[in-house]
Amino acid sequence: MEAVLAGIKVMVTDDGYLTDFSQWNEDIAREIAKNEGIEMTDRHWEVIKWIQEQVKAGNPLSVRGIKKSGVLDIKEFYALFPGGPLKLSTKIAGVPKPKSCI
Amino acid sequence: MGNTKVKKMLFILSKASIENVYAAFIMANGARMEGIEAEIFFTFFGLEAIQKDKLEHLHVATVGNPAMHIPTIIGGLPGMEAVATKMMKKEMEKLDMPPVDEFLEILSASGVKLWACKLAVDMFHLKQEDLIDDLDGILTIGDFYNEANVEGTQMLFI
Repeated sequence: MEAVLAGIKVMVTDDGYLTDFSQWNEDIAREIAKNEGIEMTDRHWEVIKWIQEQVKAGNPLSVRGIKKSGVLDIKEFYALFPGGPLKLSTKIAGVPKPKSCI
Repeated sequence: MGNTKVKKMLFILSKASIENVYAAFIMANGARMEGIEAEIFFTFFGLEAIQKDKLEHLHVATVGNPAMHIPTIIGGLPGMEAVATKMMKKEMEKLDMPPVDEFLEILSASGVKLWACKLAVDMFHLKQEDLIDDLDGILTIGDFYNEANVEGTQMLFI
């Protein structure tokens, strides 16, 4: 469906994930984050960039993968994106919602 | 997060066969990933999953388990549990499922509270130092009920 984020018309899924990554930009990310109650910091951006790289490389995302990432540990991941870190960070990153159970 | 009315999951893990331990761990981790609080109360044989010298040697049950599709008499032969467990662990690793010790670390770092049952700890003559360092404490069942302190708490016995 269509949504307006940061003044731009974009296509999103029913739960608010961008369907076309080429429409993503940092203003849109900031607005998605704000709607989820998250104020973006440098650390948030580092994680978002890492997630985008993983998705681009075709690597599946999981909490275990965060532990091995070398970017941050699981505790910080939960602290940065409280209330479902993998779901929230991927939404902000403009990539599909991960299907992993772990 | 999400539309779920479940706000907190409390698990009582009373068994130590791998399939039961992983069921509890995956559900607890999955809860946290959805923004749901989660706690696990390890009691009776479930305590094996948080004993430092036992947690890496948990086995799948090959006897009394029709879904294993092997005759009970063969499942009972020496070494069968070890073989079946090895096969299952290999499949689990393929799906990027962490081993028990790493899974406990992930759960703890994710904010899952891990409790040992006082009665079972006493019964098996265990000491605090026999149990994992990430343990949040030793509780009575009454204490654990008190953890059901928010609207939308669910409790599950495994």
